[in-house]
Formats: sequence, C-alpha cells, structure tokens
Amino acid sequence: MSLLKIDNLSLDIRRAAILRDVSLSVDPGQIVGVIGESGSGKSMTAFSVMQLLPEGARCTGAISLSGHDILSLSEAEMCKLRGNDVGMVFQEPMTALNPIRNIGDQVAETILIHEDVPKSEALARARDALNRVELPEDRFPLTRYPHELSGGQRQRVVIAMAIALRPSLLIADEPTTALDVTTQAQILDLLTRLVREDGMGMLMISHDLAVVADMADEIVIMQKGEVVERGPSPEIFGNLQHPYSISLLAASTHAPDRSVQSVDDPLLSVRDVVRTYTLPRKKLFAAPGVVEAVRGVSFDLKRGESLGLVGESGCGKSTLTRAILGLEEVQGGEILFDGDPVFTGHKANRDVRRRMQVVFQDPYGSFNPRHRVDRLVCEPFHLLDEPPKGAARDEAIAEALTSVGLTPEDRFKYIHEFSGGQRQRIAIARALMIKPELIILDEAVSALDVQVRAQILDLLADLSARFGLSYLFISHDLSVVRVITDRCLVMKSGEIVEQGATEQVFANPQHPYTRELIAAAPDLPDTAGAA
Amino acid sequence: MLRYTLTRLLSLAISLIVASVVIFLAIEILPGDPAAFMLGVNAQEDTLNALRDQLGLNGSLWERYASWVGGMLSGDFGTSYTYRTPVAEMIGERLWISLPLALYALALSTLIAFPAGIWAASKRGSAVDVTVMGVTQLGVAIPNFWFAMLMVVVFAINLRWFSAGGFPGWDEGFWISIKSLTLPAIALALPQASILARVMRSALLDTLSEDFVRTARAKGLSRRQALRRHALRNALIPVLTIIGLQFSFLLAGGIIIENVFYLPGLGRLIFQAISARDLIVVESVVMLLVFAVVIVNFAVEIAYALVDPRLRHRR
Repeated sequence: MSLLKIDNLSLDIRRAAILRDVSLSVDPGQIVGVIGESGSGKSMTAFSVMQLLPEGARCTGAISLSGHDILSLSEAEMCKLRGNDVGMVFQEPMTALNPIRNIGDQVAETILIHEDVPKSEALARARDALNRVELPEDRFPLTRYPHELSGGQRQRVVIAMAIALRPSLLIADEPTTALDVTTQAQILDLLTRLVREDGMGMLMISHDLAVVADMADEIVIMQKGEVVERGPSPEIFGNLQHPYSISLLAASTHAPDRSVQSVDDPLLSVRDVVRTYTLPRKKLFAAPGVVEAVRGVSFDLKRGESLGLVGESGCGKSTLTRAILGLEEVQGGEILFDGDPVFTGHKANRDVRRRMQVVFQDPYGSFNPRHRVDRLVCEPFHLLDEPPKGAARDEAIAEALTSVGLTPEDRFKYIHEFSGGQRQRIAIARALMIKPELIILDEAVSALDVQVRAQILDLLADLSARFGLSYLFISHDLSVVRVITDRCLVMKSGEIVEQGATEQVFANPQHPYTRELIAAAPDLPDTAGAA
Repeated sequence: MLRYTLTRLLSLAISLIVASVVIFLAIEILPGDPAAFMLGVNAQEDTLNALRDQLGLNGSLWERYASWVGGMLSGDFGTSYTYRTPVAEMIGERLWISLPLALYALALSTLIAFPAGIWAASKRGSAVDVTVMGVTQLGVAIPNFWFAMLMVVVFAINLRWFSAGGFPGWDEGFWISIKSLTLPAIALALPQASILARVMRSALLDTLSEDFVRTARAKGLSRRQALRRHALRNALIPVLTIIGLQFSFLLAGGIIIENVFYLPGLGRLIFQAISARDLIVVESVVMLLVFAVVIVNFAVEIAYALVDPRLRHRR
C-alpha cells in the first residue's frame, strides 16, 4: 500500500486554479522526484500534503497519508501529523531557522510538541538527530545559534528537525537550490542515506532535472499545475514522450551556438591582484586581523573571448569582480583594461569604467521598483560625459530593448510587470546601453528556470557575435560555464587553482579541487536525450 | 555580552558629555540676563554685578561649565534665580510626580497595546483586526488634552469617580495618589497605546510571514503556538524601540496634560522656568531629561541583546 497517495488533487487559491487533477503516490522507502519550472505547482502540491496553504486555498480530490484522509482532517489533527508522520525541508536554509533560538531548542521542539517527555530527554534526542545529520557535538553543541552556521550546516539542522521523530514521509522542497555544488552533493547524499536507513518515503521537489535524476526512483514532471509525464528513473530520460518534458531536457543540456573568434590581444589583464579586508579588533589594543579575500590572482581576458570564473561562495570571486569594476581599491597588483588602469587615484577610472558593464544574479532585487524601464536602462549614461538626450536617447533605448528581444514600447512599463527572464533581459539591455566591450555576468542566469536560462544563453551568444562583446562569466554552475565559455578559471580560497580551455578543464581536470567540483555536480544519466 | 554592555556604557558616557556641553552653550548664547531680569529694568550696574557674582555668572566659560557639571555630580544643581531655593529640591519634588505618571502611563499603554496588537495580527483581516485598526487610528488622531478634558467632564464632574485635578502628595497615601494620577495617565497612554498597538501588529505580521514560522508550522506547531514561541520575540525589536522613545516622551512631554490636571510636574516646572528666565532651572531639568533619555536608550539596547543572540555575539 502506498504511503502517500494523491488522487486527482485540484487546488484553487482565491478562484485562481493552481493545480488540476494531480495524482501521484509514494511508497515506503521510495524517492519520488517532482520536477517543474517555477509556477508549475510542484511546491503547492507539497504544501497541500502538509495543509500549509495560503489563505483562501481550496483543495478537492483526495490525499491519503498512512491511511489518514488529509483533506478531511481538522487543523488540530493536522498539527499532530505534521512533524510526526511527515517532515519537511525547505529551499532557503538561511531563513528557515529562528535566528534567536539555539539549534538544540529548535530540534527538541519537534519532539516536545508531539511527545510528553521531559525537556532533558528531548534535548538528548535532538543531539542524536543532529549526530545523524553529521553535525557532531564537539563542533556543533546544542547551544549554537543559526547565525554561527553556514548555509549547508543550517540545512542539516532543518533536516534534523524534520527527521527527529522518524516520520514515514519526508518532503524536500528544492533543498539544495540555494547551496554550492559540493554542499549540494553532500546534502543529497545525506537525504538519500536517511531515507534508506529509516525506510522513509520521500517527495523530492526540484527544478533541476540532474539533481533529481541522480537520486529518485520515480520521476513526475509537472507543467502549469498538471502532471504531464511520469515514469521510473533513470529509464524515463531515455524515453520522454510529452513535448514539454522533451523541451525541458533539451533546455537543461542546451549549448548555444557560438561563433565568435577571439583575437590574441588582452582586453582585460589582471596581474597579481591582492585584496585584503581588515577585521574588527578582537581586543582593544590587539592588532586587527586581516583576511585575504583575493591572493595574487593573475589572468588575461582576450578581446571577443568568453571567460568563465568558477568557484564556491566565499572563494573571492565577488570580491574580484568588484575590484575589476573599479568599485574597490586593491591592496596589491594591477588591473588593466585595454592597457589603462581601472582604478586611478583612489577612484574608478571613468574612461575605462564606461567600457565595461555588469549583470547581477537577482533579477528581482537589482532594479528600483519605482522607476520605469526607460529610466532604468539609461542608468549607465551617467558614465558618459555627454549622455544622449531627447530623440537620441529614445533611439538608444529602443535599440537596446530590441536587441534583447523586447519591444521599444516596453520602456513605459514598470519592472514588476515583467517575469524573471524578461527582467534579466532588461538587465542585459541596461548593460548594452553604452556599448561596452566587456560585460561581467555575475551569476546572471543562476536564478532562472532552465528554459529561460537556455534562451538567455542564446541571447548572450548572439549579442557577443553581433557586437563583438567579451564576457567574464562568473558562476558556481559548472554546466552553464561549460557551454558558454571558451576558457575558464577555477578559484578557491582567493587563488586561481586551475585555468585552461573550458573543454580541457572539464574533460581532464588537473587540480584536486576542480576534480571535486566536477564530481559533485549532478549529471543527467547518459541515456538522457537518446530518444 | 560583557563587551557589548561595556561599549554601550562608553557611548552612554560620551552622549552625556556632549549633551551637557551643548545644553550649557545653548543657554549661554540665549539672550536674557537673569540678574537684570531679577532686579528689574531700573537696576544699577554695580548692583547687577554683585548679583551676577552671587549667582556665579561672572567666571570664565570654562569655570562656569566645570562648576555646573561638578555641582550636578555632587547633587548640587545650584539655586533657582526666581524662587531662591535649591534646584535639586525643586526637581526632586516634581520628579516624584512626573516619573510615576510616566511609568503609570507606559504600563497602561503596554498592557493595552500588546494584547490588541497581537490579537489583531493573529486574526489579520477579521472584524477584530479592523476594529483594532480603527480604534487605534482614532487614538492617534484625537488630541490627548481634548480627550483629557472629556474624561474630566465624564468621570470627575458627572460621575464624580475621580477628582478633576491636583495632586494630594504621596504622604496622603499611595492609593489616593495613584487615583489622582489615573485620568492623566489614561490621557497620556491613549495615543501611545494606539501607536504601540499598530507597531506591534505590523512587526508581528512581518515576522509571521518569515520562513522560520513556516518551518515551525511544519514541525506541528499550531498557528497560535508558532506565533507565541517564534514570531513574538522576533517582533519585539521594533516594539522595544518605540517603548523607549515613548518613555522619554512621557517623562518630559506631559506638559499639556499636567496643565489640564493641575499637576505640579516637570513639564510645568520647565514651562514656568522658561517664562521666568530661570536659566539654571531650565539647564538642570533639560540635562536631567537628557540623562533619562540616554539611560532609557541604554536599557533598550541591553534589552535588544537579551532578545537577539546575534547582537550578544557581536563585539
């Protein structure tokens, strides 16, 4: 008998249809992967099982969990089920824990809420749960607070909370999306191990085919609130039927056509750059500590080239980016753009600065929501001595918007009227406004769905061919770097540990860290796309 | 935590020193010679000089500042120009009315605001929420002196439950004094409670939509448990800030209410002292109020750290 059985579940939130006739089941010990893009209803399916839906939500159909008919249970009965029979792990570990209570309290709470045991016993069992998620006592005592832990460690605490009572079902909603590749691989291993040890069923929700493909026994693909395809993994990847599934698979392995030839003439040259930060003094008269975020980094970026910079969070790649953009002064070495320093006399060199632009990761946070698109895309004009006005300005706006696949009329809209992918197009249009030679793409496609990501990658390839642009492509996502760059640099702890032609680095990594990164990156099975 | 407390104490001391200098200089710059004011327009120059000497107005700027601060540290606030009584005594008497009144009003305000704000937030959009929002809107809008007069008409004149004003003194008995402070305290508390309830509600709504509240619900906590155990303490930071600001205001800002109820409090004292150019009294009362504000801020900052471990661990 199935542990979880969802039958023809439909969900409306304030009369908007979110799910239509979703059916799926999870057996004990089975991992079912639910895949879809944002808005496909995969998370709402999970929240329906938990009955933690937004106000105004109405479910029809049937959900049965270990014999309980979820949709007919009262809120009080649901509270007894949550945490006890079903545990849940969320996407964003940085905010999923209460910042003002220590981890021991938070894990023990799961036990105290469901069982009438003394606090000391609950804490002892919380300790066991934390040990099981590989947070040993000597380094992670119960009295640690969330802000003292990294993202991966916090996610382990959330998992400990979810499994403390050994529930029969574990729901993981994009549990590794916010984490680095190596951390992601560790968390996925941990979840798989716990499922196997406890014989739990697991509903694993992700937008990333490769993440789910590695671990799931069964795959369910959702689109617009409906299940479009299902089947056992990995066999399903060799035999996808529905056009949406096929396009999803194609998008996640999509390699844009790139036809640019780089010339052997360094556009950007970084020489022995050192960037240090001073820490606050620990004691009143002690010398302040110093952190070396970037330690003697050197590389060249050739004109017309697309150069990748790969590394995990904290490796110094963002610091390096800020230095290249002339936003911060470096403590050693030099950064030259076409032979001119990017930083002169304690401030950015405007002549150089106007020849490069940047596109950031977050398509939601990087625009002022109160300005219209025309004003937003004109922001780089402040770098020009004589910015175009009137008709020339309108023409520049229209040209930039058209070249990223939007229409000139879009300039009258506000940013909230656009989807994430469209916003990233606007960010690229903004970068193109002053016709730069180099665009720095700082995790520019990391927050996008696979299909949108494929379109943006195509757009970038097309723009570089048309305008002879060079890219510095910074990402933690190896699969993206592999398809869009000619050469790549691997950065670790402030140093470049490996560099070379992208295909060569991926096919024959020399440095152990590069090998570790490549091994950790989730892969689609070889059968994928054979059909 | 110790380090945090010490740095706060240091900044407290610096604030006090800066404030004393500013207050002293401001009073120096103000036009108006207290000696001339006391003796009238027809006073002789040598008489004026003698009085200035007596009042300690003739030394250098630095000497006068040092003697003012030194005096205050030893509890000697000087002698009032108009009443010829020690300022410390005058302030002491008034403080015994203003301080209890401020505490009373703050207690009322908190007792009303917390349940109202929490109730409204936990039932967002319901009739309860709409009512609380409506009533607090009125509470912010109604001038408190008008509300005070209304209460005097209803509870003192018509119902005769309370006296219409005045203060019998603490010697007359604790409850009698408290009773005479009740109407003023309610009048002071009304707008404060309204503001505080609205801040409590919005802070709580913010924290209720945080991810960790959802995590708590996924553990099996009911809505009410999640609110009490996880959202409430996180919502306290903005609320504590407002409480700190309100206390400082209540201590000094009761001037209109003190006038409505004929209470001889600090507000009335400073008002009279300003009209009489009794600068030594003005100086001392302002310094005392600054001291109160700085101390309250210190207490609020310590409270932040007790609520939030992230502050405790930072320096």
